[in-house]
Amino acid sequence: MQATDTAARLSEAGVTHAAHEGASVGDYVQLLKPRVMSLVVFTGVAGLVLAPGHIHPVLAVVAVLCIAVGAGASGAINMWYDRDIDAVMSRTRGRPLPTGRMAPGEALGFGAVLAAGAIMVMGLAVNWAAAALLSLTIAFYVFVYTMWLKRRTPQNIVIGGAAGAFPPMIGWAAVTGDISLVSLALFAIIFMWTPPHFWALSLYRSEDYERAGVPMMPVVAGRRETQCQILLYSALLVPVTLLPWWLGAVGTAYAVGTLLLGAVLVMLAVRVYRDHEGSGGDRAAKALFAYSILYLFVVFALLMVDRALGFGPAGAAVTS
Amino acid sequence: MSEQPQPDQLAKRRRTKNLALAGVLLVMVVLFYIITVVRMGGN
Repeated sequence: MQATDTAARLSEAGVTHAAHEGASVGDYVQLLKPRVMSLVVFTGVAGLVLAPGHIHPVLAVVAVLCIAVGAGASGAINMWYDRDIDAVMSRTRGRPLPTGRMAPGEALGFGAVLAAGAIMVMGLAVNWAAAALLSLTIAFYVFVYTMWLKRRTPQNIVIGGAAGAFPPMIGWAAVTGDISLVSLALFAIIFMWTPPHFWALSLYRSEDYERAGVPMMPVVAGRRETQCQILLYSALLVPVTLLPWWLGAVGTAYAVGTLLLGAVLVMLAVRVYRDHEGSGGDRAAKALFAYSILYLFVVFALLMVDRALGFGPAGAAVTS
Repeated sequence: MSEQPQPDQLAKRRRTKNLALAGVLLVMVVLFYIITVVRMGGN
């Protein structure tokens, strides 16, 4: 069924299988979704920095590399599976598979080899707890999000968002070899951040998703419901970002900083909520989407800076 | 649909891909060597 749909949609989009010879190195890099990878790597590094204990710098670099390659592999397999809907969405139709620059099997093979390699190296060089979490992340993104949820429910990015939330836990496990309350708190921050981030995007890309048949919240439940959900998740995210401070992993400087950042996020979410008609080309939704990326970077940067400068009661408490 | 690349363009892309792959393999050899040294050092 998937294969038939894929062939029909690719044919509709004017893609044939005749032009598969032209994949360049850049196309392989594009398969790895480098922009998504940068956020994954950053949060993974945060997990490494925040974790109590010591890891050899070389092994820390290897762990980060494995997280990056694992994320890239997930992206490649996602592009292989979603090539039919990518071909009809303006944001994604320039990707290597919809344009016919690369054969689907090549992308799948590339992703699968990278995924297996990243998990194996993580296990052999760092530890098997981190490798298990990495494999769980890849499997969750590919099977749970991409293949199961994405085309079936508007809750796709709520549940599927867990895949993007695992990297700090992997970084943490690379140092300690286990899972702790603090690493779960880092997971929770990204998990709660994902819905408002993607729903803001889907508000001004809803036509794209509708054309592709992806049941994003604005397509299925409507604009108003999406705006309510964005506001709700943004408001819930603020107390969740305080969990690392509450657990004693970082100090008050982080708590104050993240509260200020959260206040701006909620303010932008309120602006989205008030923008009933999507006036000015959905300026409010675009502003929230752009800020949400900066927000996550700065929250994790604050966590690392606080930890590195020793503002918090680092040490005993973080081993919980 | 993307245009069919010319044979010389294809050859150039293939050569670039081969060089990139060689670079990746070389980096992996060096990386595995360093990992082995670190792991044998008791980490």
